[in-house]
Amino acid sequence: MAATGEGKKEEADYKRLHSFPLIRHTDMPEEMRVETMELCVTACEKFATNNESAAKMIKESMDKKFGSSWHVVIGEGFGFEVTHEVKNLLYMFFGGSLAVCVWKCS
Amino acid sequence: MPVYNNNAAAQGKKGSDVHKGAGAKVPKASIKKKDEEALDVAEGADERTNVKANMKPANQVQLTEAELKEEITRVLTANNPHAPQNIVRYSFKERSYKSTSVVDHLAVHFVLEGSLLHKDSEEARRLRIRDGLCKEPAPTENKAESEEDHAETPATPVEDRGEGEEAGEEERPDSAASRPDKKQAKITNQFNFSERASQSHNNPSRDRSCQTEPPQRVTFSATANQWEIYDAYLEELQKQEKSKEKQKTTLLKKDDKSKKKMTQVETQGDDLTKVRMVSKIMERMVIQNIMDDIAQDFKYYEDPSDEYRDPEGTLLPLWTFHYDQVRNLSVTALSWNNKYQDLFAVGLGSYDFSKQEGGMLLLYTLKNPAFPEYIYSTDSGVLCLDIHPQHSHLVAVGLYDGCVAVYNLKKKPHPVYKSTAKTGKHTDPVWQVRWQNDDLDNNHIFYSVSSDSRVVSWTLVKNELIFTDIIRLSVNGGVSDGPDGAQLSNISRGTSFDFHKQIDYLFLVGTEEGKIHKCSKTYSSQFLETYDAHSMPVDAVKWNHFHPDIFISCSSDWTVKIWDHTVKTPLFIYDLGTAVGDVAWSPYSSTVLAAVTTDRKVHVFDLNINKHEPLCQQPVVAKKKTKLTHIEFNPIHPIIIVGDDRGDVTSLKLSPNLRKKPKSKKGQEQPKGSEAEVAKMDKLLSLLKEPELSTV
Repeated sequence: MAATGEGKKEEADYKRLHSFPLIRHTDMPEEMRVETMELCVTACEKFATNNESAAKMIKESMDKKFGSSWHVVIGEGFGFEVTHEVKNLLYMFFGGSLAVCVWKCS
Repeated sequence: MPVYNNNAAAQGKKGSDVHKGAGAKVPKASIKKKDEEALDVAEGADERTNVKANMKPANQVQLTEAELKEEITRVLTANNPHAPQNIVRYSFKERSYKSTSVVDHLAVHFVLEGSLLHKDSEEARRLRIRDGLCKEPAPTENKAESEEDHAETPATPVEDRGEGEEAGEEERPDSAASRPDKKQAKITNQFNFSERASQSHNNPSRDRSCQTEPPQRVTFSATANQWEIYDAYLEELQKQEKSKEKQKTTLLKKDDKSKKKMTQVETQGDDLTKVRMVSKIMERMVIQNIMDDIAQDFKYYEDPSDEYRDPEGTLLPLWTFHYDQVRNLSVTALSWNNKYQDLFAVGLGSYDFSKQEGGMLLLYTLKNPAFPEYIYSTDSGVLCLDIHPQHSHLVAVGLYDGCVAVYNLKKKPHPVYKSTAKTGKHTDPVWQVRWQNDDLDNNHIFYSVSSDSRVVSWTLVKNELIFTDIIRLSVNGGVSDGPDGAQLSNISRGTSFDFHKQIDYLFLVGTEEGKIHKCSKTYSSQFLETYDAHSMPVDAVKWNHFHPDIFISCSSDWTVKIWDHTVKTPLFIYDLGTAVGDVAWSPYSSTVLAAVTTDRKVHVFDLNINKHEPLCQQPVVAKKKTKLTHIEFNPIHPIIIVGDDRGDVTSLKLSPNLRKKPKSKKGQEQPKGSEAEVAKMDKLLSLLKEPELSTV
């Protein structure tokens, strides 16, 4: 029992500690990176249960802000190899379990 | 409208008649029209007066026949006499009233619009048609008439009339038929308009295209799954913790840092010095690579041919030290640094009285022959210098203008001490300076000798130079032997001096007259001894490094002489065939000496091996006419440096024969050090004295 309790506690800790957005890889300029990251965070928090609509929201906002042909993938587990325009990729983790990849390629 | 037109036409035709004023014609015209006759008062005035000749006013002037017949000529001009001549108008442009020169001279007395019609005119014809008077032949006449009209009157009125006609009249078809001119039919309405059309040239269309570079693309691949994400977060958290720890430590260290900063600020000013150090090393490395062969020669090369021509030796030229900024300056002084044996100072100036421009003090190191380590420019030519034997950063310099100065190599770029006219500077060129031991208060002391006959001791006290006259050289100043009667001036000009290596107070002064005085610091008015050494100025006088009694002198009188200071005559005399610039004892042997002459030769003697001939006599500078001025032995390395009058310094390596130690028998202990050298010289002296004794 104690072990499981500890496990739960650890899990809570993990959730709490790992909730911040963590940029794994990006080649965006500073300003754009910050903006994109904040957008991803808002989208993921807004649609916490629906990754598809979160991705849609991110894609549409990015298209508006930085020109068309943005692609967004959100998920807990996936592999990818994408071709993107230089300075237009952001790959980040969020909330301890989500991976978000945003890139532009027309 | 038609009426107006008719009148206009009538006036046009009649105008000429009216102006001519012929009265005959007017009545003819007035037959038909009564109103015209009634109004014709002005024009037909003559006729009326004729009719009423008998009626005369009572006050009429009675004239005689002759008076009446008298012709009075009147000139009619076009000017109106009643027209005002002083019309003034305000000119807004010039803001003043201006008289106008143009006055209207036209006066209209009578205007009448006539109602007559020419029978051939269009109007008349139409009237006739309307009245049913139209006849067959009329059109043909009309045709002719209309043609005449066209010719006489401008085209536009005719057309206007035509248009007006078309618009105004009902019998359009008739008039159209009566006129052969079909242009009228084209006009569709009464308004004057024109219809025009044109087709412009169409430019041929052309295709043009270009392609821009597509935006750069990069592929990126990754795998996202739970454990990857977890690891990434953990890593990040660890990093954050570490940075937090660092911050704490930095906070703790801040106090220390603030202390450190103080020291840093001091060193920050010398940001370049760090780079300079590195770049200096780099420069030396590069130079070493470039001049690798010379460096190898310097260290390892021993001339193998020496074995075959024993005891003679050679000099191997190594580096030549040349500084581009040196122009028209000759090397006037050379001095090795005692502490750093690769470093030597070069004084540059001019011996020529008429070419005094300035001087330089350069310090070279053997490690970098390409560029001097230190460069100092002086206002006056440098004539002598000496590096302090213990404090190697102090360089004393004597200048042509009589000043002495002390440079501190640690503090650039001005001399730390300099004598001025107030502080007892020499009035003539300073020919030699030499550091002495510090005084009791640990003040540094150096001596200088100049042509103004003074030998002065200079003491470096804080930031000033304090001078003390040691001796004043005079030709007959208390010299026991008595004066030379031929001397004109009383003073004797010093050109060189040297202090005894062991006996502190004893020193020698060479003079311009060729005499050498042995003096003591303690007796300022007397010489201990005077040697009649040379017939020309003494260029150098130097004590032997080992033997306490022996000194050498050289002069422009071509000779080098070796003396025992206890004997008034020279021990050895060498005639080198040309003026001798400088002479130097070797630091490694008591019997080896080298001299430079103005015929660009270096002469090296070893008295132990050959008392009569030099072991080596070698020109060392390529260019002819170059004169060698100074020579100096390196304290430890077997090389010498030779300065010439072009400002270059050549370093030369002594071949093995020139620095050979005397062979010793096996089993015997090799005597070492200065004692051995003294013994060697003593032996030589005894050999020299024996024949003397034998002769005596």
